[in-house]
Amino acid sequence: MRKSGGGRMWSLRFGRSIRGSPSGGASHWGGLSPGSRFTQAAAGGSDGRQEAAGDPRRRGRVYQNPTWQHVEQRPLPEKKVTVEVLDHLERLALVDFRNWEGVQRLEKAIQFADQLHAVNTEGVEPMDSVLEDRCLYLREDNITEGNCTEELLRNARETVEEYFIAPPGNIPLPKLEERDTFLQVSE
Amino acid sequence: MAASILRRSLLIPRCRAGDVAALHSGPSRRRAQAPEPIASGRRAGNCPAGERGVAPWVAVVGLEIHAQISSNSKLFSGSQVQFAAPPNSLVSFFDASLPGTLPALNRRCVEAAVMTGLALNCSINKKSLFDRKHYFYADLPAGYQITQQRLPVAVNGSLSYSLCVGGKKNQMVTRTVRIKQIQLEQDSGKSLHDDIRSQTLIDLNRAGVGLMEVVMEPDMSSGEEAAAAVRELQLILQTLGSSQAIMAEGQLRVDANVSVHHPGEAYGVRTEVKNINSARFLARAIDYEIQRQIKELENGGTVMNETRAFDYKLGCTIPMRDKEGKQDYRFMPEPNLPPLILYDTKSLPANTNHQQVVNIDWIRERLPDLPSVRRVKLVEQYGILPEHSFTLLNEDGLMEFFENVVRQTQMNPKKVIGWILNDMLGYLKQYNLKVKESPVSSLFLADLLNLLERGTISSSAANQVLEELWKGEGKTPLQIVKEKKLGLIQDQQELEQICQAVMEGHQEEVMEIKKGNQKVLNKLIGLVQRTTRGRADPVLVKQILEKRLSQ
Repeated sequence: MRKSGGGRMWSLRFGRSIRGSPSGGASHWGGLSPGSRFTQAAAGGSDGRQEAAGDPRRRGRVYQNPTWQHVEQRPLPEKKVTVEVLDHLERLALVDFRNWEGVQRLEKAIQFADQLHAVNTEGVEPMDSVLEDRCLYLREDNITEGNCTEELLRNARETVEEYFIAPPGNIPLPKLEERDTFLQVSE
Repeated sequence: MAASILRRSLLIPRCRAGDVAALHSGPSRRRAQAPEPIASGRRAGNCPAGERGVAPWVAVVGLEIHAQISSNSKLFSGSQVQFAAPPNSLVSFFDASLPGTLPALNRRCVEAAVMTGLALNCSINKKSLFDRKHYFYADLPAGYQITQQRLPVAVNGSLSYSLCVGGKKNQMVTRTVRIKQIQLEQDSGKSLHDDIRSQTLIDLNRAGVGLMEVVMEPDMSSGEEAAAAVRELQLILQTLGSSQAIMAEGQLRVDANVSVHHPGEAYGVRTEVKNINSARFLARAIDYEIQRQIKELENGGTVMNETRAFDYKLGCTIPMRDKEGKQDYRFMPEPNLPPLILYDTKSLPANTNHQQVVNIDWIRERLPDLPSVRRVKLVEQYGILPEHSFTLLNEDGLMEFFENVVRQTQMNPKKVIGWILNDMLGYLKQYNLKVKESPVSSLFLADLLNLLERGTISSSAANQVLEELWKGEGKTPLQIVKEKKLGLIQDQQELEQICQAVMEGHQEEVMEIKKGNQKVLNKLIGLVQRTTRGRADPVLVKQILEKRLSQ
C-alpha cells in the first residue's frame, strides 16, 4: 500500500479491487450481499478504519471521509513512442497524427494510463469483464430472426440486387517512404 | 491415392513450364526407380540424395480446418443457417452488427464442439473464454470476429488416419496427427468480386454461422497424408453429425501451412495455402507448394512468409493480393460474454435447469461408433480385409448397401464384397452416381447373386445381367435371365449335340488332344462356350468332351 501524499493519483486504502455496490439493494454481481464485504473488511481491522463500518445504521452507506490517498505519478520511461510504432498505429487504425502535437497527446494519454501500475495487483486475477461471475446463457437452437433484407439494405448508400456494395478488397496504406506524412521528416 | 491422381491429372501448361515439369517429373520419375527404402508417403516431399546431388528435403505440413457446425441457427444469433438463399435474407441485426445488439450463444454449437473434441481424444476445458480478433474486411461488418484464442473448448487430441503406401499401394499404414485445439468461432460473410465495375458485393447470409476450427500440429509431410487426414476427419464429423463437412459447399475449409527443410536443420519459412475447394485439390496444392519451395531454395532464392491461393485451373499457387504484411489481430477478451462453463456428472450442481447446462459425460455416453470402430466391426463380422472396410466407409451409403445385400443373399460375404467393390463401384463411377441414386437396388443384386450361387447362371452371364440391370429399366434379374436366355444349359442332350458339332468342326484340335496335348481341350471348351454364348455349364462340358475324346 502506498502512503505517500501529493500527486494526482488516489489509491485504494486496502490495495484490493472493490467489488459489489456500497449502496443498498440487492447486488446482481456474483451474489454478493450488500455491504457485506465492507463490513467484514472493516471488522477485520487495520489502521484507520472509518466509524461507519461498525455502525449498523451506517452499514452499506457512503463514507463520510474519503478513503483514497494521493500517489506520486510516475514519469514515463525515457523511451518515447518510436516512429515504427507510430507508423504501425497509423496503418492499423488508419489515424493520421498529422503533427507533433498529435503525438504528444498520445504520449500524455499513455502516461495517464500508466498510473494504473501504481496499484498493487499481486495475487489478483485479471478481470475481463464485470460479467465474470455470471452464467453464460445458452440459447436453444431455434430460428427466431432473419428475413429483414429490405430493412438492412436501407442502411447502405449503395446496393445492387440485394447485395451490399464494398470497394474491391483492402487497399493497404503505402509504405512509410512512399507516404506523405510528417513522420518521414523525423527520420 | 494422391500420387495416382497426379499422374492422371491434366495440368494445363499455362503455368510456367518449369513448374509443370517439376510437378510431373518428381513422382513419375520416382515410380520408374526402385521403391524408396523409407516406407512413408513422402513421395512429393523427399528427393533422394543421389538424384540431384543435393541433400534430401523434408516437408512439414500443418493444417487449420474450419468445419461449419450443422445447426438450425447461427452461433450467436437466431437467424437460419442455409446454404443457398436469397442474398442477405438470413441476416439478423446482430449479424449485420448494428449498434445495440449482443451475442447469445447457441447450445447446439457448444454440444457439437464437445462431441468433436471427445471424438478426437481431446481434453475438454471446463472453462473456456471468448475473444475478439480484429481485422478489417468488408465481409466482417463488426470489424472483429468472436473466437476462442486464449482458452478454447478442447485441447491436445489426436487423429488417426490410414493411407496406402508401397510401390503397389497395397500396404496400409496408420499415422497419427496431434490436434492442438478445437475452438468455436464465427464465420464471415461472402464477398463476390466484380472486377469489371471495381467493386465487391457482400452477402451476409453466412456471417455469424458457427464454425469449429480444428488446429493440427505440423506432423504431416506430404499432400497425400494431409488428404487422408482430412478425409478421416470428414468421416468422423459426418458420423457425429456435428458437421456435414461437404467441401464443395464450403462446409469444410482447409488451410495448409507448408514449409521445407533439410533433416536435422531448423524448420524453414512457412507459407499458408488457402482457397482449396476439395480433397483432391488439397493434395495437389500441397505437393505443388512443396515443389515450388524446394525449387526456390535450390535456385538460391528464399521462401517468403506469405499467404498463397491455390488456383485449381492452373494447378499452382499464387500470392494473394490482399494479405500483405503480418497482421496484428489485437486480441482482446470479448466483454459481452462470460466464460463458458461445461459440467460433468461430478461437478454438476443440483437443481440446475437442464437447458442451461452442457454435460460432457452425457454427451460422451451418446457418441455414435466412430469410423475406425465401424471398420473393425465390419472386418470381424464379415471377414473382409481392412482395405475393403476402408473403401466401404469411404463411399457414402456403400456400407449399408453391402450389409443389405449380405442379409438377403446366401453368398459368402467375402465373395459379395468383390461384387460390391469391383462391379457395383465400377458402374457407380462410370455413370457418376452416388450409392443412393443407383438403379440397382440391394434386393436386385442379392437376387442376382442368389441365382449365381444356386448355379442357375454362370458368372459371365451374371456380369451380363448386371450390365442390363444398370440400364435401369426396372426388370428383375430373373426376368432378364429369361428374356436373354442366359440360364445355364444343363440339359445333357443339348450339350452333347453342341460338343459334337464343335468336335466335328475342329478335327485338328481333336487330333492334338488324342495325341496327348491336354491344353487344347481348353480351347475346345472355349469354343463351346462361345457357341452357347456363355451359357454352358463348364464342368459338364469338360466331362462330355473328355468322355467323347477318349472314345
